[in-house]
Amino acid sequence: MSGSVAESPLASCHQTAGARMIPFAGWNLPVQFSGLLQEHHATRQAAGLFDISHMGQIRAQGPGILTCLENLLANDPAKLTEGEGHYSFLPNDRGGVIDDLFLYRLGSEEFFLVVNASRHREVQDLLKKKEGPGARFTGSPGSAVGMALQGPKAAAVLAKLMPTGLALPERNRIVRAKLESGDALVARTGYTGEDGFEIFTDLKTGPKVWARLLEVGKPDGLLPCGLGARDSLRLEAGLPLNGQDLSYDINPVEAGMGFFVDVTRPRAFPGRSVLENQKKIGPPRVTVGLVGEPGQAPPRHGYPVFHGEKQIGEITSGLPSPTLGYGIALALVDAPAPALGQPVEFEVRGRRVPAKVAKRKFLQNR
Amino acid sequence: MNTPDDLRYAKSHEWIRMEKDRATVGITDHAQTELNDVVFVDLPKPGKKVNPGDVIATVESVKAASDIYAPVGGEVTEANAALSSDPGLINREPYTNGWLFRIKPASLSTDHLLSASQYAATLKK
Repeated sequence: MSGSVAESPLASCHQTAGARMIPFAGWNLPVQFSGLLQEHHATRQAAGLFDISHMGQIRAQGPGILTCLENLLANDPAKLTEGEGHYSFLPNDRGGVIDDLFLYRLGSEEFFLVVNASRHREVQDLLKKKEGPGARFTGSPGSAVGMALQGPKAAAVLAKLMPTGLALPERNRIVRAKLESGDALVARTGYTGEDGFEIFTDLKTGPKVWARLLEVGKPDGLLPCGLGARDSLRLEAGLPLNGQDLSYDINPVEAGMGFFVDVTRPRAFPGRSVLENQKKIGPPRVTVGLVGEPGQAPPRHGYPVFHGEKQIGEITSGLPSPTLGYGIALALVDAPAPALGQPVEFEVRGRRVPAKVAKRKFLQNR
Repeated sequence: MNTPDDLRYAKSHEWIRMEKDRATVGITDHAQTELNDVVFVDLPKPGKKVNPGDVIATVESVKAASDIYAPVGGEVTEANAALSSDPGLINREPYTNGWLFRIKPASLSTDHLLSASQYAATLKK
């Protein structure tokens, strides 16, 4: 990978908005606009708009594309009907995660993949090797715009931009739509735990849609949001981040995402035997939610976790929850894990801090 | 960015106010802006002895934990108790009520630290 940092196609919008930019996965991206807490609360209470142009958008087409994807992905692409999408994994031979992704079916022989920026090149290289006359993959980094509109007001805001007569898609569905005179794909998914949409479009249309959404959403309290709020929102919703909660060495079953690994079908996708076995007998390590206490040091990635005197694992993601007012974390611990409600401790700067095992959908612990 | 003239500064963005044999330490306006909303602080206990440059406190936002370094050596005499219930004081009043701790300096020399104008110049780079 080269040392150069790519600018988002929405960079000039962000500059105007006074965003603070940071390098992330080879991209220069907004970490915050008005402030992380403000953006976080806006998304929970009204709506937030996130630039996700760094995420890889890959088109997969051809008469052999379904079989090709069936042999690569952990979830079953054949289950998807036209216009439907689901969460899936591209596993390695050991069942670990090369990438977690969203797969949409646009037609009988056409799929659309949204992958992480940090893994885009690797996924692209891997897919290229599988190409043949029946399966083609297109879409390189920086060639398209993506944005996520999330929050209880997201539907009302987006409805103002939708063409007359075209309804918003249902949850986990995707539609083609003309937005600001450009071609776009509008999907109803997200990474915040709120209702919301992801909009994928070309470099010319993207900045127009971004600006227009900010404008029409303003009366509803819509704010542009950065990577900071994206991380705190996804963790409150218990959603994993590849590279932390999932990795080459942390497989989906260990990460508590075994539901998205379909072993009921005959396809020999990579890592299948490991994942199938762990689904059957249980993984050696499991991911649990942890909650801290108000006024205590917040949990962070990499902190050791103790049950009694024994270290049972490590925090994979952790932060002080803006909504709840105490620390929340996902931790990968040895099986069997302490039960829900059991006291554990994590170690912060050489000191033990009390926590409890809790549901990973942290907002439901309220 | 606000950098009061009566303070000395460390390159790592702490300020220090020397008063006779006591010094008060906090983080600069620039530092609090960079950190964003502070939601938790870990402060040293009175009696703790430190050398210049030691990690002496931690200031945490939602996004990250940031170490605070002792601008001078000495013995900690007091930590700002108001911060445990209202860590946002660091953002709102970084040079006054948002101070972090007081220290009895081992030496009264602050020659190794920066003046306000020198510190302000480091922020322009």
